[in-house]
Amino acid sequence: MTEHVLQVEGLRKAFGGHVAVDDVSFSLRPGGSLAIVGESGSGKTTTARMLAGLERPDAGRIRVAGRDRSDAARGRAGRLARAREIQMVFQDPYLSLDPRVTVARCVEEPLRLHLGAGAREGRARRDELLARVGLGEREAAALPRQLSGGQRQRVALARALATAPKVLVLDEATTALDVSVQAQILELLAEIRRDTGVGYLFVTHDLALVRHVADDVLVLYEGRVVESGPTVEVLSAPRHPYTRLLLHSVPRRGWDPARIAADRRALATALREGPASSGAPHPNTNPPTRSVSP
Amino acid sequence: MAAPLLDIEDLHVRLAAGRAARPVVDGVSLHVASGETVGLVGESGSGKSVTCRAVLGLLPRGAAATGAVRVDGSDVLAMSAARLRELRRHHVAMVFQDPRAAVNPIRRIGDFVTEGMRAAGVPREAALGRAEDLLESVGIRDPRTALRRYPHEFSGGMLQRVVIAAALAGEPRLLLADEPTTALDVTTQAEVVSILARLRAERAMGMLFVTHDLELAAAICDRVYVMYAGRIVEAQSADGLFARPRHPYTAGLLGATPRLGSELPPRAVPGRPVSLAEAPAGCAFAARCAHALPRCADEQPVQREVGGARVSCLRAEETADD
Repeated sequence: MTEHVLQVEGLRKAFGGHVAVDDVSFSLRPGGSLAIVGESGSGKTTTARMLAGLERPDAGRIRVAGRDRSDAARGRAGRLARAREIQMVFQDPYLSLDPRVTVARCVEEPLRLHLGAGAREGRARRDELLARVGLGEREAAALPRQLSGGQRQRVALARALATAPKVLVLDEATTALDVSVQAQILELLAEIRRDTGVGYLFVTHDLALVRHVADDVLVLYEGRVVESGPTVEVLSAPRHPYTRLLLHSVPRRGWDPARIAADRRALATALREGPASSGAPHPNTNPPTRSVSP
Repeated sequence: MAAPLLDIEDLHVRLAAGRAARPVVDGVSLHVASGETVGLVGESGSGKSVTCRAVLGLLPRGAAATGAVRVDGSDVLAMSAARLRELRRHHVAMVFQDPRAAVNPIRRIGDFVTEGMRAAGVPREAALGRAEDLLESVGIRDPRTALRRYPHEFSGGMLQRVVIAAALAGEPRLLLADEPTTALDVTTQAEVVSILARLRAERAMGMLFVTHDLELAAAICDRVYVMYAGRIVEAQSADGLFARPRHPYTAGLLGATPRLGSELPPRAVPGRPVSLAEAPAGCAFAARCAHALPRCADEQPVQREVGGARVSCLRAEETADD
């Protein structure tokens, strides 16, 4: 059972009366890359936040390297040990980096906190991490506002990698970047995965991106998994109407937005009246096994 | 040939004196005909939004603009405040990226949609009736009730429809759309784009569609202008742009965009987009360009016709033959 670095079973979270995440299951193999795809309100960000320990699930299990973390961590050491294993990179590095802290100190902080690195050792490791993400001495001395968007996202990445996590959750981490810069960060991420064996969980709404970064994909709609499987298969032969709608919605030459708009309304009606809301069984999804919910 | 609906000629914009003083738009020329959808594509700092806003005379305080921005033959840059109001009320309308920033959160939808008509002297009842029709035309269900609602009761996609309805109230002939779907979900984006395309066709409006998304521009535009560091580097038909990009920046942007239909992974363009103020004397893209020669950094390329496209690249003829 421990061949997966991350295993999630029956995850559920409600806010007030609204169920944001409903019976979501998936797993990630070591060094694998899984994309969680959905639109706003699909529950993808809530799922990511539960993995990173920023929200407590109402039900379900999260196992990292075989260790269950469903219950609250015991004590400071326990919390830190969990934090080391899963790190997160957010969409907007303007908001996720402290504007008053230099890049160097920002990256040293997790080294000190988690690894108890001494001053000299910390600096050496910090420089290694910054070099790893393509930043030099000039950037190390800078404050976040003195850097470009791409450089700031590199800092966030260096900081997340500081604890040598097993899983990196990338929550729309390249969405805010210019296209030409996004491709640089994607290349860097691919290199890092190859070199370190860290597993990625991409949280995104962009199927064209998923096509190029993820081995497996999980499609969420209103908190539930509607389809999952190897990316190539799901994108080339989508089985669930919502996956098809998402695919058709990606703009391209010869695109017919009027038809998509009509499909979208038809789907919303069908899913509202269909079996999904009447508690019909839906599969326990476990990529790379291909599965579709009714 | 009749004068185009929108004709921008050699537009230069410089931000106000002081710490932020710098040029942001340098020699931009573009045109939009009635019934045409034209894309203006660029990354951050390219000057695409400033160019778009110049059409409504909406430049940052103290900014200096030279050149000409003609709507139906009249130069916006030379207009009095009264003429500008008239232009914004009846001739040109704009839809912005964030609908929540475009509406007043404490006023009803009806007030927002009728504001322009009321200011133009339309009686209240008539304006409300017309607002109802407009909301219906953008696909708002039960438009009469919607008029009484507040912005927070609408999703982003629904609110952007309301903003489009209000933009159409003055029966504009030219619609400026500045990243109107960037903040929306993909399926909502398709819906809003389809509404814009239908209304443009029904009303024979011209549309200038500003976006950072080349794929989106290609999907809906007849022609596309590509901007980099305050200048237009390439202009051609949307089909031509995708089949044969003539400027290395356009080619780089196309290669960097993740695509569903492509086996090739997105390829990075080294460096980052520069602003006009940071650009060297010659081509602003030279430092990131794989085809650059030493002279590219010093010599400003002249825009010219190469293989059916307007291109500003010293080597456009050579690379066109590749």
